[in-house]
Amino acid sequence: MHVPDGFIDAPVSAAAGAVAAGAIVVSLRGARRELGDASRSGTAGSGGERTAPLAGLVAAFIFAVQMLNFPVAAGTSGHLLGGALAAILVGPYTGVLCVSVVLLMQGVLFADGGLTALGVNITDMAITTTVVAYLVFRALVKLLPRTRRSITVASFAAALLSVPAAAVVFTCFYAIGGTTDVSLAKVATAMIGVHVLIGIGEAVITALTVGAVVAVRPDLVHGARGLHKPLKLKVGGELIDAPVSPVAVAARGRSHRKVWAAGLLTSLVLAGGVSYYASTNPDGLMKVAHDKGIDKKEKPHAASDSPLAGYGVKDVTGSRGLAGAIGVGVTLVAGSGVFWVLRRRRTSDPASTEPVADGAVS
Amino acid sequence: MGAGHAHRLYRAADSPVHALPPHTKLAAVFCFVVVVVSTPREAMWAFALYAALLAAVAYAARVPLPYLLKRLLIEIPFVAFAVLMPFVAEGERVHFLGLSLSESGLWGAWNVLAKGTLGVAASVLLASTTELRELLLGLQRLKLPPLLVQIASFMIRYGDVITDEMRRMKIARESRGFEAKGVRHWGVLAKSAGALFIRSYERGERVHLAMVSRGYAGSMPVIDEVTATRAQWSYALTLPGAALFVCLMGWML
Repeated sequence: MHVPDGFIDAPVSAAAGAVAAGAIVVSLRGARRELGDASRSGTAGSGGERTAPLAGLVAAFIFAVQMLNFPVAAGTSGHLLGGALAAILVGPYTGVLCVSVVLLMQGVLFADGGLTALGVNITDMAITTTVVAYLVFRALVKLLPRTRRSITVASFAAALLSVPAAAVVFTCFYAIGGTTDVSLAKVATAMIGVHVLIGIGEAVITALTVGAVVAVRPDLVHGARGLHKPLKLKVGGELIDAPVSPVAVAARGRSHRKVWAAGLLTSLVLAGGVSYYASTNPDGLMKVAHDKGIDKKEKPHAASDSPLAGYGVKDVTGSRGLAGAIGVGVTLVAGSGVFWVLRRRRTSDPASTEPVADGAVS
Repeated sequence: MGAGHAHRLYRAADSPVHALPPHTKLAAVFCFVVVVVSTPREAMWAFALYAALLAAVAYAARVPLPYLLKRLLIEIPFVAFAVLMPFVAEGERVHFLGLSLSESGLWGAWNVLAKGTLGVAASVLLASTTELRELLLGLQRLKLPPLLVQIASFMIRYGDVITDEMRRMKIARESRGFEAKGVRHWGVLAKSAGALFIRSYERGERVHLAMVSRGYAGSMPVIDEVTATRAQWSYALTLPGAALFVCLMGWML
């Protein structure tokens, strides 16, 4: 289903690219949480730095499993798309991220799927399959009894629906921005018809794969998280609950919203009040950012003659505090999306100077 | 895509195109493809000129033509689709050799074929003149989130390992007399996929611990920072520049 260049017109491709970019930013954030949460083997407290190796390896897995051809009748064979599988095994955010990375690499390296159609391909094959599969899966797991069998059933249904859903989204793209003159009804029938068939294969393989993993390492299956029962110890002939390790509880009970609100307040106060007296030396965070190479993404300011340049509102003397406060607001709105990713990383440090981050980076 | 070893994509040579910084090449290829896609399909000569431009790049990069053509085979599925298009599309019919073909379908087929082929050829040229690691560094220079680049680089590095693991499992299955013939054998394949997932994930955990023990804290140090001079940028952007000129001509004529 890799869309080549020139199949969908430029404006729709650009819009799809924007959707895909937004989804990837959200997924980067979510994947940190999913993979950080998954720390079981005594590495509690680690968050962000697990993301790259684990998501990378899962992406490699998706890449490999897409080459696994399964024979359908009469000599033909199909291959997995892997979106549903990824969503159920490692969670929706990591799933979107992994399949997107696979598509990106296929587009750039293997010329499989056009570069300008990358947004369409990611929206279609990474986001739609993963999100639909995960929603169906969660809904069914909630409805069905909490057993291993219902995990398998739910994965089957999720994968079965995810593939035709991708076909529907593709048809929508085609309806808005298709460059060819094949009637919509024909495209829809062909795409959805074929992909219902592919979906059946995908569903069977996905369900069996998830079943195989659940049987061996149920703790690895993200979708089966709620399934395991608390450990019991047999003491003196009766069963009692095993003590839960306190570290895990502490990690769970942490509210990011409070941290965020406190950070906003602190940064407003700091920016409005303290920056009035601030020296022109780079502050601690900037230094850390510089040393660690975090500020690689900061561009030299293109707006250096804008009214806020140099932290003073133009023509208003002594208004550094005001400019600082405005700067906090603007940066918060503009930067939250990207810097949230970095924020997560820093919140995992115990002595984090995190709350100041949003204001100070401006 | 079926090629196992990713580094086979790269074709080592000593040419001005190889020497360009990766992010300039990435930007050039991307702009070129955007320009090609926004060219009106009626301007057939424009696409011939684009092809000539790419051929010039291939010549400068010392990429032999047969090699390029062989790599273009990836688009065969789309060619099949494009061939079907004149038969199924709507609109006025033209008769040719006793076949009733749709005129707009022919245009559509031409459109997808020409633009798709040029896009694939540009990507192939990029991949065969740029090393994988450089390509990833280039993506990072082009402000792709570093985390995404890290994930991609892990995928590339371990893609071969995981694929080989799968190949070994296949050999193990076959040496025990297994042959995937139909639906009945899906279960075995799925169990292999499950085992492969567990192995990949556990390898990921081991890699993570190994990295942490060597001081990894969430970001990779960049030791070979790539920069491009103005001359290199302008050299790389000659291709999309020329293409843009052709495109504007295509719109005006």
